[in-house]
Amino acid sequence: MLSTSFRKHWDPWQELNRLPVDMNRIFSGLSDAVRTGAQVFPAMNVLSGEDRLVVTAEVAGVNADDIDITVEGDMLTIKGSRSVDALGEDEKYHRRERGTGEFSRTLRLPFEVDAAQTEAEYAQGVLTVVLHKPEASKPKKITVKRAS
Amino acid sequence: MTQTQEALTKSCCTADKTTTDKMVDKTTEEVLNPRVDISETNEALILTVDLPGVAEEDVDITLHKQVLTIEAKKMECRHEGVNPYYVEHSAGLYQRRFKLTEEVDRDGIDATLKDGVLRLTLPKAQAEVAQKIKVMTA
Repeated sequence: MLSTSFRKHWDPWQELNRLPVDMNRIFSGLSDAVRTGAQVFPAMNVLSGEDRLVVTAEVAGVNADDIDITVEGDMLTIKGSRSVDALGEDEKYHRRERGTGEFSRTLRLPFEVDAAQTEAEYAQGVLTVVLHKPEASKPKKITVKRAS
Repeated sequence: MTQTQEALTKSCCTADKTTTDKMVDKTTEEVLNPRVDISETNEALILTVDLPGVAEEDVDITLHKQVLTIEAKKMECRHEGVNPYYVEHSAGLYQRRFKLTEEVDRDGIDATLKDGVLRLTLPKAQAEVAQKIKVMTA
């Protein structure tokens, strides 16, 4: 009985859709199950241009010094941690939705980038990383010489 | 671009020096649900709200009767010469409402925004903190 119903409802695409979420480590601490907002932390955008990329990550409440950016070929990794505000002596929680602890995300970029040219800025809880295509991989125009 | 949108346009992201980046108000598009921590001390209620991408002047906090509303506009940071390739977060209006069960001291409310995190302190009304009633001798 169980196996029949399983087969009937099994959707390979659903399994595939779940993969990216599982591959990104979620907060090691609390609130994995919180339904407000994105399932992965931090939420990231990748904007692509001809020879540069702009990557943004929403990392509210994270100290800029605690963010670690690694670039290798076409892989970008953003690591960091968000600490908990210590509770006062007579303070107690009623609700906790904000995750704390360590986070790490790795994204495959649309093309390889030059790690040395990477710039990053943190403002208003948003990390912006600007990456550039290496000179070597930029399209080069080749003129055909006439054989004399 | 309408006049109101123009008024809400501001420069951002100096890391991207090659372009003239603009913040664009697209808040009519999506209502976002920010994550909130709520704690209580003997003297106050403290709300901590994640509002990444929000500027101080775009936060709107109102307390009407016992309903506390937090609204914040998140602008879209527009970068010239690049197009969305992979999108998980977008501009919109952060909005959360809470019904307070205790009287708060409306003049003593304090709000600070730092690194995209709003910390809101609502001091309890004096009557709630210590209500001592003196018994008068007849």
